[in-house]
Amino acid sequence: MTAIPLQLPRRLVEFTLDGQETRVPEGSTILDACRAAGKDIPTLCEGDTLTPKNACRVCVVEVEGARVLAPACSRKAEAGMTVSTDSPRARHSRKIVLELLASSTDLSTTPRAAEWIKEYKARPDRFGPDAARLDEEPKVDNDLYVRDYDKCIQCYKCVDACGEQWQNSFAISVAGRGFDARISTEHDTPLTDSACVYCGNCIEVCPTGALSFKSEFDMREAGTWNESAQTETTTICAYCGVGCNLTLHVQENEIVKVTSPHDNPVTHGNLCIKGRFGYQHVQQR
Amino acid sequence: MDLHFGDSEPTDEERAAVDALLGPPASAWEGADDRTDTDLRWARGGREARERRDLLLPGLHAVNDRIGWISEGALDYLCRRLTVPPAEAYGVATFYAMFAVKPRPAKVLHVCTDVACAAHGSTALRAALEDRLGAAGSAGGGVLWQPSPCLGLCERAPAALVVQAGVPSGATAATVNAGSARDGAEPAPPLAGARPAWPAGADPAGPVHGGARPVSRGRSDGTVTGPEPRETPARRYATAVVAPATAEALVLAAAEPGAAPAEPAAAMAVPQAGQPGLTLLARIGAVDPYSLDDYRAHGGYTALRRAFELGPAGVIREVTDAGLVGRGGAAFPTGRKWQATASQPARPHYLVCNADESEPGTFKDRVVMEGDPYSLVEAMTIAGYAVGARRGFLYLRGEYPRALRLLQHAIDQARARGLLGDDVLGQGYAFDIEIRRGAGAYICGEETALFNSIEGYRGEPRSKPPFPVEKGLFGRPTAENNVETLINVLPILTGGAQAYAAIGTGQSTGPKLFCVSGTVERPGIYELPFGATLGELLELAGPSPTMRAILLGGAAGGFVRPDELDIPLTFEGTRAAGTTLGSGVVLVLDDTVELPRILLRIAEFFRDESCGQCVPCRVGTVRQEEALHRIVDRTGAAAADDIALLREVGQAMKDASICGLGQTAWSAVESAIDRLGAYK
Repeated sequence: MTAIPLQLPRRLVEFTLDGQETRVPEGSTILDACRAAGKDIPTLCEGDTLTPKNACRVCVVEVEGARVLAPACSRKAEAGMTVSTDSPRARHSRKIVLELLASSTDLSTTPRAAEWIKEYKARPDRFGPDAARLDEEPKVDNDLYVRDYDKCIQCYKCVDACGEQWQNSFAISVAGRGFDARISTEHDTPLTDSACVYCGNCIEVCPTGALSFKSEFDMREAGTWNESAQTETTTICAYCGVGCNLTLHVQENEIVKVTSPHDNPVTHGNLCIKGRFGYQHVQQR
Repeated sequence: MDLHFGDSEPTDEERAAVDALLGPPASAWEGADDRTDTDLRWARGGREARERRDLLLPGLHAVNDRIGWISEGALDYLCRRLTVPPAEAYGVATFYAMFAVKPRPAKVLHVCTDVACAAHGSTALRAALEDRLGAAGSAGGGVLWQPSPCLGLCERAPAALVVQAGVPSGATAATVNAGSARDGAEPAPPLAGARPAWPAGADPAGPVHGGARPVSRGRSDGTVTGPEPRETPARRYATAVVAPATAEALVLAAAEPGAAPAEPAAAMAVPQAGQPGLTLLARIGAVDPYSLDDYRAHGGYTALRRAFELGPAGVIREVTDAGLVGRGGAAFPTGRKWQATASQPARPHYLVCNADESEPGTFKDRVVMEGDPYSLVEAMTIAGYAVGARRGFLYLRGEYPRALRLLQHAIDQARARGLLGDDVLGQGYAFDIEIRRGAGAYICGEETALFNSIEGYRGEPRSKPPFPVEKGLFGRPTAENNVETLINVLPILTGGAQAYAAIGTGQSTGPKLFCVSGTVERPGIYELPFGATLGELLELAGPSPTMRAILLGGAAGGFVRPDELDIPLTFEGTRAAGTTLGSGVVLVLDDTVELPRILLRIAEFFRDESCGQCVPCRVGTVRQEEALHRIVDRTGAAAADDIALLREVGQAMKDASICGLGQTAWSAVESAIDRLGAYK
């Protein structure tokens, strides 16, 4: 028998979304309402397992009467508000945000980035060849995962997943300020000297591929990474009795990465070092 | 939370600096040297330990003040004491411009390069310093000099601040001769309880150990001891403000900050001082800023008595009827803010005074705090009473050493005389004020960033809603007001709301302070009723006959032309004229300044001060600066493409940034292009 979690009944909030009367449960965000209505709003720093940080500002929408645009991911729908997701102002800001990000950061492994850049007619190259970029080298200081800072958009998701929202390890934080801010361990020490427990929950939430399995990083370097040739098999971790779901990503009969379904009630997408990285014995032939 | 520490150990001096703030460690879990049997049986931690997180910023100050920088060992030790993850503490330490996490000389020379100082030769000053001390950022001769954002000394531009790390003067006990107000040999404030006092006049530049005074947090003051006296005289913590600065004076002050010439009295920044008809500035120059008796003799604490007669609701009613709106720039009705805070069922309520005055060109709060510190203490007490707060926090920017000394002294005096503490004026109302010192971050003037800063997190703005009146400091209902807003409450209560509302215009009531600087004959703080025009204000200050532009509201404000002097200086009047009053900055530039370079400096300021949280501001301010760099020597068609680019990026910064910093980062540049015809 499948257990269906019951929630307290919620009141519905009525508001106008792109000219349509919309009803969503109280407490829903504008983004929730957009998704329920089948609208595709770009998001980067929003994560289904995390409290929105609304740092990337790519999901901004126009709320009538407000001086500035609102982030759809964290602004709650309020009764009577009039929201337009596709106004020229909102589209303009999204376009600029995409241009600012793409001109400073490597978005080559960010899912859908290329598609959005095309859709919003963003031209990241118009800031000229001298536009400042992050210009960071990947940090490879352990056998399990790689931090490719050139791809980091500082969305804070890894910090939140490592810290109070999931893992409570607090191995990383944002250090520095402004354009020079970077996700960092204390004094930028290697991960091996930090509080990192290698749960890999930061990789799970990274929206740009800045954090990736060493196996994926190496295969991408070698040009052998091929997502279309991969199969995904969800199984149950055998290490302990918790019963975490693992999704094994397999390419050419080798496990190349391990994730966990975000809607799994046991893990919410999180694993520990054993579930995330402890698969080598399977491939010892 | 399972904290992980590296192998670095603090030096004895670093340990002493932290222990002077927090007391000796209670157990090995907190970093004590010897592990006892009890330590093995009982671990202190959990919520109780984590609740001291707000002492992280004072702790970083303690180490940085003592050593000059924060080493791995010192940071680890502080983290152990406060149960803070080292990575987070590192993130906090690297957020503030006044802290360093790499070794640097004990003496740091901050040279202001912002607009007012640029109009008074800061470029030449920098060149002269490069000749004498080497390039900025290089640590030659035991002194590190670095360009700094506005130091809030615009009336005495160009300005510089010397900070010498060392042992706080409170290390040796002595009696304090309170009451004398010799500038430059100011008596140091005594700390609460049994904490060591500072010797009178022993340290001309004065000790600054802000935020180090715990109030009713369950810590025993009696356990706090200063470091052991040393056999050789240790280097003392000292600060020196040099303004107007010359390279010679700076090199001298950097050599011996303790012996630098005294700063002029605060009244020197008030050209109207002593004139009749002043309300907010009446006491500046007339009272001894150290003397509580003098303050009371000049009408001090009558407003608080009146507040107790009216009761909290009555005070809020008076403030609402008076039409007082916030003077920090946003012009939010103060009465409404207080009412909203007071009516929240969640407890406790907090009062926060925003004295992180960092908007380039603004120095009014400094002058008020230095010239009439008790008025702020009284006003905070009234505000706390009105909103039902028992604790008030005064967040003071780190670049104001004299204001810190004077306010700490004023708070201590007020507490000693029963005007703060468990039973204010015998009325059964308990209220106390803690000073928290900023450490060089413009963004911490944003109200929610300021909360994060006090709480020991990075000073990043929070998203609103929820608003501070509902969830503010420590997640509790909080009223946050600017210094000038708070001191306006005193005349409202003493003179009545009607009389106050009669000053100014219908929509902007009361007197307003203006910070006039740049190329005028008499720069300083001016008090005028709302409704005076820009021309009338400048007439008082003696404008340059060759005015090119006037910057209203600071770097986040906008430029107006010299032919727009009839703009009424009210919130509605400036809005109607398409500009802003902001924090009351009126900065005059004459035709000798190169406007594109001033704009570039403003863009650099925002790039440096962006917290980095949201993309439009973090990257947008960089792109804005790059574009302004490209067109610094171009005009007309050669600049048109970049101006179009600036407009697009500026619009997105204005629309999509989280907070006011990003939203206004483009406004001064925009106004220079549209109103002044820059780059034409």
